[in-house]
Amino acid sequence: MDFGGINPVILIATLMASAVPILLAALGETVVERAGVLNLGVEGMMVIGALGGFIVAVQTGSPVLGFIGGALAGAVLSLIFAALTQVFLANQVATGLALTLFGLGVSSLGGQGYNGIKPPPTEQLLPDALADLPVVGPIFFGHDWVVYFSIAMTAVLWWVLKATRVGLIIRAVGESHEAAHALGYKVNRIRLMCIAFGGAMAGMGGAYVSLARVPQWVDGITAGAGWIALAIVVFASWRPWRVLIGAYLFGGITVLQLNLQVAGSVIPVEYLSMAPYLITILVLVIMSAGRKANGAPAALGQNFHASR
Amino acid sequence: MKRRNLLATAAMGLLLASGGAFAQGMDKVKACFVYVGPIGDGGWTFQHHQGALAVQEAYGDKVEIQWQENVPEGADAERVLTQMALGGCNIIFTTSFGYMDATNAIAAKFPDVKFEHATGYKREHPNVSTYNARFYEGRAVQGHIAGKMTKTNKIGYIASFPIPEVIMGINSYYLHAKKANPNVELSIVWAFTWFDPAKEADAAKALIDQGVDVIASHTDSTAPLAEAAKTNGAVIGFGQASDMAIPEYMPTPRVSSIIDNWAPYYVKRVGELMDGTYAQVDSWAGIKEGEVEIGMITDAVPEEVKAEAEAMRDAIAAGTYHPFTGPINKQDGSPWLAEGATAPDGDLLGMNFYVEGIVGDIPQ
Repeated sequence: MDFGGINPVILIATLMASAVPILLAALGETVVERAGVLNLGVEGMMVIGALGGFIVAVQTGSPVLGFIGGALAGAVLSLIFAALTQVFLANQVATGLALTLFGLGVSSLGGQGYNGIKPPPTEQLLPDALADLPVVGPIFFGHDWVVYFSIAMTAVLWWVLKATRVGLIIRAVGESHEAAHALGYKVNRIRLMCIAFGGAMAGMGGAYVSLARVPQWVDGITAGAGWIALAIVVFASWRPWRVLIGAYLFGGITVLQLNLQVAGSVIPVEYLSMAPYLITILVLVIMSAGRKANGAPAALGQNFHASR
Repeated sequence: MKRRNLLATAAMGLLLASGGAFAQGMDKVKACFVYVGPIGDGGWTFQHHQGALAVQEAYGDKVEIQWQENVPEGADAERVLTQMALGGCNIIFTTSFGYMDATNAIAAKFPDVKFEHATGYKREHPNVSTYNARFYEGRAVQGHIAGKMTKTNKIGYIASFPIPEVIMGINSYYLHAKKANPNVELSIVWAFTWFDPAKEADAAKALIDQGVDVIASHTDSTAPLAEAAKTNGAVIGFGQASDMAIPEYMPTPRVSSIIDNWAPYYVKRVGELMDGTYAQVDSWAGIKEGEVEIGMITDAVPEEVKAEAEAMRDAIAAGTYHPFTGPINKQDGSPWLAEGATAPDGDLLGMNFYVEGIVGDIPQ
């Protein structure tokens, strides 16, 4: 079952894994932005999560603890952002950018001495008997637990945002913080929790890079994945399932174009290289076109102070 | 202090800072380095920084080093270079091909500051020198090992950007793999990045998924080796730019490496600036001068292959063998080098074609 030298089963299985970091980070950022906060520090939180996860996994020998460590590291870093923007009402765009720079710097410093170490492997979750099934095996059963976790989180966030009271509160805070405040909700506290959640997700996504995708620590290992995640949130018009589509499209076409190059495709390499960016944006824009309900949360990027 | 005074003082300071370079020698030199990636990449930038540290060690108090990591190629580089030149740097090493135009543009504005551009070919001003290492010599040794070691007869190359330095590496690697094993096929993946561990790992995975079992990389991180390590020895690779002799990656997947040893050149150039013998150069040193080193070949490589590889290294060092020795045809079949002819440096530095047998086109 090969098309031009490329096995689509392996391709799909690979893309599901390679999309995980972006997907997790973008899901986290979706919640943050739905609560009306624009945190541009995703890249910084990812890289600090990549380092935090790596250190914990190497020290404890447990990759699961590593992912938890990565999530914690991301959340802690995001709390700096939360404190600055929610308590001291600093500008969100500037603070977010600073957070990225800060995260990159701190991780570079903290990562000294962790170069060239191999972390404990993150193993496939289900038994080989299932993973070896033809076609469905590699695609549905051959992954590590984080891949399933990322898909489950997409479903959970979709449900929470759409159908629960918590989701309604988050959306209310993001659409009109004045109204939410008038109803008695603690706007800044809710936002702070959303920011911490977003940080944890980004940190976990970063940990997936250093523990599973590349399995090693290198300075600046996320290399811009956080910015891709930010873009996907916008183009997916703040909806979890579309975030998943965007992340899979981007991851998928990245993997596909590399495979096409190996297989000796007739399409020039220049076009292949830009394809992931172009196609992801195009598809998501077309999906969102012509619908009114796709706008950004109305209070996105605005700080709130209760005394007003 | 009035603003006018302040400006005047600043201008005077500038004059003084740059005036020193007019003198024949210098008592104290500030050497600055511009890096394309992080020092902790374990590869390219790491090695340049080792060179910078060697300068510091060689001259102690008489030299001050300064560096900036992760400088994007293009307009940002100009800003960084301007800042460095204004900040009193006497000599600035720009350590990536993509800084070529920025280096020359800023060099025009600061004629008293020396600029040294790695791997480029433009020396538009008297204060711009270029330096490079003959990586293709190391690629020849790697290609030989790759040709002998592959079981699937498929070898891979993760390329960064379509520039002569990369293309000559691909050609040298392929020619020697082919010589060692006539059935060998080369797959090339263009990553279009110097440093992106996740993408480098993806590229390695794409190669492995399609049956490649020896991977050479021309990107800066250790990620391709990490990906190869997941195969438990089925796939091997090479350290690139730095030794990458990480215990976990030996004896496989890292079976050998090309090490860029910039320290001798950096120490020499800063020394020349101090004693007044500094002149514009176009330096291109290789295995012979010790600027390119072949990292230890591990036990995963059979004894006789190891011996052949080391013999090739020694022949190159002795000057008795040139990796590009004719007859060699271009990809389209037209002759490039006649029987016994060796490639002139000019051809190599402007190399924009594959040799015969490589499949695919070079991206424009």
